[in-house]
Amino acid sequence: MIAITSSLSKTSAILLALVVLVAALWLGAAIGETAIPMDIVAKTVANRLWNAGYPLDPLDQGIVWNYRMSRAVVAACCGSALAVSGVVLQALLRNPLADPYILGISAGASTGAVGVAILGFGAGFLTMPAGAFAGALIAFGLVSLLALRAGRGTSAIILAGVAGSQLFNALTSFIVTKAANAEQARGIMFWLLGNLSGVRWTDVSLALPVAVIGLAVCLWQARALDAFTFGSESAASLGIHVRRVYAILIGVSALMTAVMVSIVGSIGFIGLVIPHAARMVVGVRHGLLIPASALIGAVFMIAADIISRVIIPGQVLPIGVITALFGAPAFALILSRRRAPA
Amino acid sequence: MNLSAQNVSWSAGGATILHDVSLDVVPGEFLGIVGPNGSGKTSLMSLLSGIRKPHSGTVLLDGQPIHSIGRREIAKRIALVEQQAETAERITARQAVELGRTPHLGPLSPWSKSDDAIVDEAIRNVDMEGFAGRWWHTLSGGERQRLHIARALAQQPSILLLDEPTNHLDIGHQIGLLHLVREQNLTVVAALHDLNHAAMFCDRIAVMERGSLAALGSPREVLDAHCIKRVFGVDADIEHEGETGCHIRYRAPGTSVPVQQSIRRIS
Repeated sequence: MIAITSSLSKTSAILLALVVLVAALWLGAAIGETAIPMDIVAKTVANRLWNAGYPLDPLDQGIVWNYRMSRAVVAACCGSALAVSGVVLQALLRNPLADPYILGISAGASTGAVGVAILGFGAGFLTMPAGAFAGALIAFGLVSLLALRAGRGTSAIILAGVAGSQLFNALTSFIVTKAANAEQARGIMFWLLGNLSGVRWTDVSLALPVAVIGLAVCLWQARALDAFTFGSESAASLGIHVRRVYAILIGVSALMTAVMVSIVGSIGFIGLVIPHAARMVVGVRHGLLIPASALIGAVFMIAADIISRVIIPGQVLPIGVITALFGAPAFALILSRRRAPA
Repeated sequence: MNLSAQNVSWSAGGATILHDVSLDVVPGEFLGIVGPNGSGKTSLMSLLSGIRKPHSGTVLLDGQPIHSIGRREIAKRIALVEQQAETAERITARQAVELGRTPHLGPLSPWSKSDDAIVDEAIRNVDMEGFAGRWWHTLSGGERQRLHIARALAQQPSILLLDEPTNHLDIGHQIGLLHLVREQNLTVVAALHDLNHAAMFCDRIAVMERGSLAALGSPREVLDAHCIKRVFGVDADIEHEGETGCHIRYRAPGTSVPVQQSIRRIS
């Protein structure tokens, strides 16, 4: 294999990735309506994590720690989880257009979350993330069934995903309009477009473990994903337990998507575009592609969040709007290049 | 390494594809499976490889039911080259061959020098040294097929299963590929279309007809004009040459000669 996997350059690659991630988080906490100097950010983090005891303005410290840092960490988790879900779905379905948003998994998760939050499904025992997970699995199940009936082709699952997204988005709107009061409805509609405004540290305690464990499971299955290069029968003949790998990885993707949707709403195109960008940088091997996608996804999402806060002075744009503005043209590009002779 | 199918049946969508097929693969032989389109060759290959499970009957690998053996363990002993396995991924020729090491590598065991050596050897075996760095999508059908075989060789199996490996290749590549496979000193089971190629390269031939095994034996025993007429619906003259040589000459419809005259000897 290429030199990049030799242990020395592997260590430096991991170090570089950490540096990039920390820099992105740092900027995410510094930039905003009121810019806060980088050293104040560093001192705040030191105070909070190691009780460093720097004397700081409590207001600055509050903004950096309670609002911006928690928000940047959740953005990073969300970006990496969605990007890794995209990698996994594209490999297992052998479809360059697969992504949790396009396949209706995000829409199903939204419906599940709204069902719990507004209709009270689960009578208080189900949390919003659990409802979102159930919704995500139901949506993926329905979309897969429809795709199988439509004839397994590359476009069948995408078209089934369109139908699934429409159905679940309609269900969500129906639930919101019928059962929510005006204030709830406004909050939910804003959340549906993808919104990090309400994010606090309690959300980190859910998003971070799910993103890290999801990433670890997918990395653990990286060779199995490589084996799908020539299809599932070829994977089976290479010693892969195809059904088990499908169950584990689709389950993990649905879980990651559902948890992120329940925290920040359904954010499109990250899972579609980031894996393609990562492939251009590190190639198609999943042992590299998965960590690279996770890193690029995390950084892209933090950047999108910063842009969403500063692009219109005095207003916060839903982050889903930013990702769609980048993602839709990229989707079009991938779609048109797919037609080129292989 | 013994592989055998015992009274296996398989059906899909309500139609019986294979009916009560029994077949012992002799270690070290080149066994050809011939038969018309839809006679169950591909299905038999996927049952023998353990990818599909027969609805009745069993496939035994070294006396053990193949479905009681783990997939990874099977893949270390049996390699399958499917018909037309394609990818749209941007991988290199070498990366395609490297996939053959999958059953030997765990999630945590790193790629080693010996894996590199095995991959190099497999690529050399199929005469593709100069192509290792080429992108998959720039290769011809014959080159891709040779790489699929290299990928199978990199699995270091004892048994090689090939499903119509020479489809879409020109005659030079067809014969070259079968010769290359024969040279590997492995047990080979190959579904083949061309009866002359089967006769040239196979130790034994199994003839499939509508999901059943119609005949099994050496090329001369199996490929006679009666059998070819019955199974394929084609008139043919058979010529025997030397000890084992067996050539089939097909006749256009309406130009047949009486069947009993149709075996000729070439001195």
